[in-house]
Amino acid sequence: MVDFIVNWIAFTPVFAVPLMLASIGLIINERAGVLNLGAEGIMLMGAFAGVVVYIESGGVLALGTLGAIAAGFAVSALFAFMVVTMRLNQVVAGIAIVFFASGLTGLIGNPWTERAVEGFTKVDMGPLSAVPVLGKILFSQDLMVYASVPLVYFVWRFLHRSIPGMKLRAVGENPQAADAAGVGIDLMRFGAVVVGGALVGLAGGYLALAASKIWVEDMTHGRGWIAVALVIFARWRPGRAVLGALLFGGIEALIPRIQAVGLPVPQYLLLMMPYLVTLAVLTYVGLVSRTGSGAPGALGLAYVREDRR
Amino acid sequence: MQASALQMTDIVKAFDGRVALDNAVFAAEWGEVHGLLGENGAGKTSLMNVLCGLYRPDAGRMAIDGTEHRIEGPGHARALGIGMVHQHFKLVQPFTVAENVMLANPQASWRKGIAAVSDGIARLSQELGFEIDPAARIDRISVAEQQRVEIIKVLLGGARLLILDEPTSVLTDDEAERLLQTIRVLARRGTCVILITHKLREVLAHADRVTVMRGGRTVATVAAAGTSATDLARMMVGDAPVDDTEPGRGGPVRLEIAGLTARREDGASTVRDLTLAVRSGQIYGLAGVGGNGQTELAEVLMGVRAPDQGRIALDGTDIAALHPKQRRALGVRNVPADRTTYGLAQELSVGDNYAATRLGSGTFGSAAWVSRRAVGKRTAAALEAFDILGARVDTSVRLLSGGNAQKLVLARELDGRPVAIVAHSPTHGLDVRACAAVHDHLRAAREAGAAVLLISEDLDEILNLSDVVGVINRGAIVGELARPVSRQKVGELMLGHA
Repeated sequence: MVDFIVNWIAFTPVFAVPLMLASIGLIINERAGVLNLGAEGIMLMGAFAGVVVYIESGGVLALGTLGAIAAGFAVSALFAFMVVTMRLNQVVAGIAIVFFASGLTGLIGNPWTERAVEGFTKVDMGPLSAVPVLGKILFSQDLMVYASVPLVYFVWRFLHRSIPGMKLRAVGENPQAADAAGVGIDLMRFGAVVVGGALVGLAGGYLALAASKIWVEDMTHGRGWIAVALVIFARWRPGRAVLGALLFGGIEALIPRIQAVGLPVPQYLLLMMPYLVTLAVLTYVGLVSRTGSGAPGALGLAYVREDRR
Repeated sequence: MQASALQMTDIVKAFDGRVALDNAVFAAEWGEVHGLLGENGAGKTSLMNVLCGLYRPDAGRMAIDGTEHRIEGPGHARALGIGMVHQHFKLVQPFTVAENVMLANPQASWRKGIAAVSDGIARLSQELGFEIDPAARIDRISVAEQQRVEIIKVLLGGARLLILDEPTSVLTDDEAERLLQTIRVLARRGTCVILITHKLREVLAHADRVTVMRGGRTVATVAAAGTSATDLARMMVGDAPVDDTEPGRGGPVRLEIAGLTARREDGASTVRDLTLAVRSGQIYGLAGVGGNGQTELAEVLMGVRAPDQGRIALDGTDIAALHPKQRRALGVRNVPADRTTYGLAQELSVGDNYAATRLGSGTFGSAAWVSRRAVGKRTAAALEAFDILGARVDTSVRLLSGGNAQKLVLARELDGRPVAIVAHSPTHGLDVRACAAVHDHLRAAREAGAAVLLISEDLDEILNLSDVVGVINRGAIVGELARPVSRQKVGELMLGHA
């Protein structure tokens, strides 16, 4: 039983980190007022680019990771062009991105599909990793798990304790005020979308290179949508997004383990769990947050300076 | 001689072809409080938005302190020492006072910035007699305090040209008095303060000079001393000939509103104990400067906003609690101010829009099976009767001109013997011919015995159509005049009571 639990906890980060990176990226987007429903597609492109670059470079992990980031950057630049520059409807553009990414990766993905990769490996910390219980949980994760801790702190610090971060939040809360204060709305939003999108792409790349270690068509399986829901659950705060990601990561890590020990739980019920929990969490948030959802005031709204309505 | 603080020459600005500023001229000096006076839509705010870089003028020149500038944007305007306190504050609600001030006044680092800004807020607060906590969140402080934050924000930004847009409209009388004292202090220190307002009393009491605007043009600039409220009122509303035909005496009271009180979303009560009565065969014109409760009153009458208290009676029966559909069935009709939102469904066809409110009535087939043929026939007849040229039954309403769209609303609302009609700004944005047509239709409805309540900010329209004119100010009727109505008197009632 102890083994089961230790195993479970030790495997949670691998599943939690993609959700965490994606929701942190989305928080950066949405704090600037851009609702990015394309997350699922951006993750997918990140996963695909990560695997392709990794395989084609002969297994250089750093390049694979950079490839994922670059793919996230590029797709979200397209998204930003649509919603920030052209001021298209953010919901429609986001969903278009999802289908675009799914179609494109399905179309050109065949040569790389179902080729197992080594990807991220656990960091061996010698004697530390050998410590019972803690060694397995804390000291034998991969590099990205360790890197994500300072990353979250950095994003929080940027958003809440820096002047550019404050401007970004002002753009998302009240673009009229930010504009009158001399903040460049379009530039700030474009920047927020591509930087956040790069993180979402990285989330996809990590998913493919660390969790599944393989590219399969549509392999993100709704994790981008779960990240969108996590942002709401987190009330647009990076710290709470980590909690939410751990919760969902924990559930995902639990599924194969339950199957492995042969508990008589129907397989499909298990596979449904993340989505059921998403529904439950959102319902819960809707019920308890009487004081407003904490959503940025101008989330999803295009800004036109001389719009007089 | 010292150069003028500000010189704006021949400023032109149009929005989608509608001219908001028509060669407007404005000049102000250092150390003076300069009132900018005019009715709603006169172009006061547009002119100042051009000055502070929010709008780009189509033509015109601007000189600050004697040097000509092309203002590229809000940041540039601020660098030139122009600071504007907008009517709708430009504050980020979930941020603290200090964060808001810092947003507008770039600082090098977060922690030092907060400290520096907090010091500045404390120092200015002391000088101006404010009490502001830099760490308080904007959404937790009162409107008057938010306004002080706005003033501090622009002053800390180094503004020497301070523009205040309708600053007292959100304040109590005491708060307003304090604010105007503050403005005096600032002017004495050399700041040029521009006070945008439509309140005559304030301008006369606190400004050194006054510029009056009307219809996007500058009427005149006069010294406040030696000018009377009557003179200013005449400049604001212009002098058109008074229609002195006999008023329609009207029949029995059909629409009666008594002691009506209603609130806006933010909790401010905007309709306050309002009482009026409209008779059959009469047009009651409700005049007033925009924002004095007209919108909320119209919404309460439509049935989309619940009143706090009061009675709305139609032919003696209280309809205050009835659903919009029930009111419609009793003969209450609405011509809403915003026809694109409340009046018509933009993407539906002319026929669908015409039939939409009465699909269950039997005239267009049954509720379960709408007869396209009946819709087509009746709509075509209405298009003919209301002279809606160029529109077909299957045209999308989005493609109609403003005049045709409004005539379509009227055709639908006036169909089938209405008892009471509430028309809110029915000719807003229409050209002269369409205006005349709308007015003719409203008169025809009056002749047919309907009680017409005309809510409008266009004084010409009110005077032209109304048998009785009521003036609304701060949510209550402050005076009622029968025809022939003195324009002067209405103007004073609209503006006089601060």
